[in-house]
Amino acid sequence: MGLDGIGQRSYNWADDRNDESERDVIVLKVLSIVLITGVTVLAFFTDPPLAAMQSGGGASRLFYFHVPMAQVSFLSFMTAAVFAVLYLRRRRPDDDHLATASAEIGLIFCVVALITGSLWAKQAWGAYWNWDPRQLFLFALILFYGAFFALRQATASIEAKRRLSAVYLIFGGAISPFLFFVLPRLYQSLHEDANEVVMAAATKSTMSTQVTSIFVASTLGFLLLYIWLLRLGLDTARMEEKRAAAQE
Amino acid sequence: MRSAWAVLAKDVRGEYRTRYAINALLLFALVTLTALSFSTGGSGLTPLLAAVFYWIILFFSVFSSLAQTFVKETETKTELFLKLTAPDDAVFFGKWAFNLILVVLLNIMLTPLFVVMLNITLTQWGVWLLTLFLGGVGLVSTTTLLGALIAAANVRGALFSVLAFPVLLPLLVTAIRVSERCFGGGAAIAQSDAFLVLGAYAVVSTTAAWLLFPFVWRD
Repeated sequence: MGLDGIGQRSYNWADDRNDESERDVIVLKVLSIVLITGVTVLAFFTDPPLAAMQSGGGASRLFYFHVPMAQVSFLSFMTAAVFAVLYLRRRRPDDDHLATASAEIGLIFCVVALITGSLWAKQAWGAYWNWDPRQLFLFALILFYGAFFALRQATASIEAKRRLSAVYLIFGGAISPFLFFVLPRLYQSLHEDANEVVMAAATKSTMSTQVTSIFVASTLGFLLLYIWLLRLGLDTARMEEKRAAAQE
Repeated sequence: MRSAWAVLAKDVRGEYRTRYAINALLLFALVTLTALSFSTGGSGLTPLLAAVFYWIILFFSVFSSLAQTFVKETETKTELFLKLTAPDDAVFFGKWAFNLILVVLLNIMLTPLFVVMLNITLTQWGVWLLTLFLGGVGLVSTTTLLGALIAAANVRGALFSVLAFPVLLPLLVTAIRVSERCFGGGAAIAQSDAFLVLGAYAVVSTTAAWLLFPFVWRD
């Protein structure tokens, strides 16, 4: 527990820099590196996971990277919206820092997911861009992040910037389940085999244990990487703020 | 709610005197439609393309005109007066209702012109009207909140389209697919599903916009 500048008792998990939490963070980082490296190695030394399906082939190894990254990018969007809600309630700069950091990381993960997805699509479906609903909506998520950063850039006053970008994140967070979950399901009957793959993956009935375990390891690794990057983003934002305050 | 009626009445009366927003809205739509008709030679559009054209014209007309809903309050120096006298909900719903009236008028003008100029046959009127209504509500809710947002951020024009488009994408895609059916086209999406999506979007966007409006409006 500590006292912040205006004399109120406050508790902030990111402020706890004692030995125990430092050790936890190192464990998190090491685990993330081990998992992602392991998955990368295993992805090449095992059979392609979806070779038996129509959208398979060698490039389906990208399944271990593309799907977890897309999931984490959506998760980071939702997390950013949650921090935005917290900011509007508590008006603490840290909440705004975390929301922005989460959006930045989500954008990067989204771009990589889109690239890996396109590479996979080139081999499986014959073209990099197929106007498949899932590709389109991943791209729309990138547009969303871009609009968010454009809004932050364009707003001059700091208080307005934080408040308004928080509102935009929350509004987007309310709408994005439509993008990610509802609309791809609706186009199931006519569009590409992406949905077939996803449904099969969801039921996990056509995937062997080996494939499932590598997939789970990959998801966990990218999730830990996200948390690691989030902490980095928070520290960076705090230092930026201190530097800006010191320059005045 | 009497305050909401008062806000709406003020906007309607102001609009009736100057007719600025409605003229801009209708003329933008007309010009775009004319340009499209010239380039396509007036006929030969597939139902999907016709649906796309209609909703794109609608969207960009709305983006260009309704973005100014709150900015004009700042320009006419009535913003502070409104903040002091009317509760937040009243301001939101008054503006929302005004925007909805403008969009309804736009649709009333645009649909017949569309049918005539692009030689489209509109087969299912009930479906069409419902699509326009549900799509319009979602569009207006989003536009009202984002209009307040850009007015509070003191930025102009182009940013509004950038902010609005990603949020409105699910609405746009679904509305286009349903409209395609109205123009006699194929069924890319089940009709009942599409109306569920449009209705859900209308409800979610209106609720979210209403709840978030005070945070935009008040410092």
